[in-house]
Amino acid sequence: MSKNIKIHKLKNPLSLDCGAILKSVEIGYETYGQLNSNKTNAILICHALSGDQFVSLTNPITNKPGWWSAVIGPDKLVDTNKYFVICTNVLGGCMGSTGPMSEDENGKIYGLNFPVITISDMVRAQNQLLDDWEIPSLFAIIGGSMGGMQTLDWVANYPDRFFCAVAIATAARHSAQNIAFHEVGRQAIMADPEWQKGQYIEKNTFPNKGLAVARMAAHITYMSDSALHRKFGRNLQNRDALAFGFDADFQVESYLRHQGASFVDRFDANSYLYITRAMDYFDLAANFDGKLTNAFANFKGRACVVSFSSDWHYPPSDSRAIVRAMMAAGVHVSALEVETDKGHDAFLLDEPVFHKALEGFLDAASKEKGLK
Amino acid sequence: MSWRADYTAILNAVPNGARVLDIGCSDGQLMQILQTEKGAIVRGMEISQDGVNACVAKGLSVIQGDADLDLGLFANDAFDMVVLSDTIQATLKPKKILEELKRIGKRAIISLPNFGHWSVRLNLLLNGTMPVTKDLPSTWYETANLHLCTIKDFCILARQSGFKIISITPVNGQKLGEPRQDCGGFINLLAQTAVFILERE
Repeated sequence: MSKNIKIHKLKNPLSLDCGAILKSVEIGYETYGQLNSNKTNAILICHALSGDQFVSLTNPITNKPGWWSAVIGPDKLVDTNKYFVICTNVLGGCMGSTGPMSEDENGKIYGLNFPVITISDMVRAQNQLLDDWEIPSLFAIIGGSMGGMQTLDWVANYPDRFFCAVAIATAARHSAQNIAFHEVGRQAIMADPEWQKGQYIEKNTFPNKGLAVARMAAHITYMSDSALHRKFGRNLQNRDALAFGFDADFQVESYLRHQGASFVDRFDANSYLYITRAMDYFDLAANFDGKLTNAFANFKGRACVVSFSSDWHYPPSDSRAIVRAMMAAGVHVSALEVETDKGHDAFLLDEPVFHKALEGFLDAASKEKGLK
Repeated sequence: MSWRADYTAILNAVPNGARVLDIGCSDGQLMQILQTEKGAIVRGMEISQDGVNACVAKGLSVIQGDADLDLGLFANDAFDMVVLSDTIQATLKPKKILEELKRIGKRAIISLPNFGHWSVRLNLLLNGTMPVTKDLPSTWYETANLHLCTIKDFCILARQSGFKIISITPVNGQKLGEPRQDCGGFINLLAQTAVFILERE
């Protein structure tokens, strides 16, 4: 692993939902700002499927800006002069955290012998990391998409450990359509001969093509029809007329191919299998007698749920289900449905209405907590 | 702090520490007043993004929603009081909304402009056109008020919908009148605005 990645080794073994216990777990992480003396200003950011811990400033691996650097950083909306921001690479990820690329106790690469993990397992690992760091409670937990699922899991399972929950463009369970899209991605990876039944590291290959196709299929779900149309329409790529062939005639094809090709440089194929599986398994109400309201019953903090009108991946109706359950549980919840044509990706883009609401929510909550 | 006279009538009807839902809470002023003056546990719903953002920035728990579509979000008996201030006349289905209010809270507090006020009647009688008054300043083709009614009309609908009328308070400008139990006397002629306190039967 690159020396730019900070690693924390959990002090205790990690029990997983599948029954397995990981004796040795490492978590890749990054922090921004300073923890104050009474440890009240920490914010945990939970990243999405293809995200990582490099949420602000410059990502040292890609040398590009961190994925939420527009929102988090010095003098930004989440001001790292004020808050101590923590982001951890999820369990099963490929940016320093223990996952299918890691070695097992016998020094053998896990590959498909890595246990199947869940969103709750990821959150349990984050919780243990906070124990190890002796941070008793967080001011806020913020996450979009899969990060939102982690945030909701925190609300359900560790309601006393934090004050604010911000769940953005997310759902309390994965829909059949979402599982279906993930399955297309996984099948694309596994159909690539270079995947080698998951043992591509030992065989010194990599399923570039399969992982790229998986990313292309997923990327379509992140954008709305109108955003794709606005960006590309039926415009041709570097040509004046149709070529009557199967090259990337259209700009949209070229764009997706680029998305796929650049993804394989920074992501592991088996990690993609494991993390998408964790998302598919996510059904927050399942451990609470099937009642989402029960999952939120013990949270006394403040919640903010944000959705985007043109997001068909995690549509506003998914957020409304969360809000309805929180309301019924008596949670102090605010909810915003942002009008935009940018689709699911809107949570990462410049959406002034969303940013203003997030800022107002955090400011009001920090006043309530007496944070300076 | 100073506020609209109908807010005072609403405030008078809310017991200390009550659970209150404010539908159409705008920028959250009434919610804040209820919090500070009555220690109420307040939630709000607002249709406009600006309004929701303003509320969220004040630390109020407000969800974005449309009274005609989204009252289903709230559980049965979730609130002691449901407030609908200057909103019901602008909804698509006032009767359906009354039924939802009955389900969500024990009592409903509803304020509305009175189309039976003498100035409205006179305006129509003399001009023969849809009235434009101080309280109803928009023309018929631009107004957001889809379902204007008189105090008497609303009394009939409230009873039909299974509500008991606890009180009707007339409001004229910043002046609050004496609350009464029905629409008898001259209230339907003299009140510009009315605040209804309803209780489900």
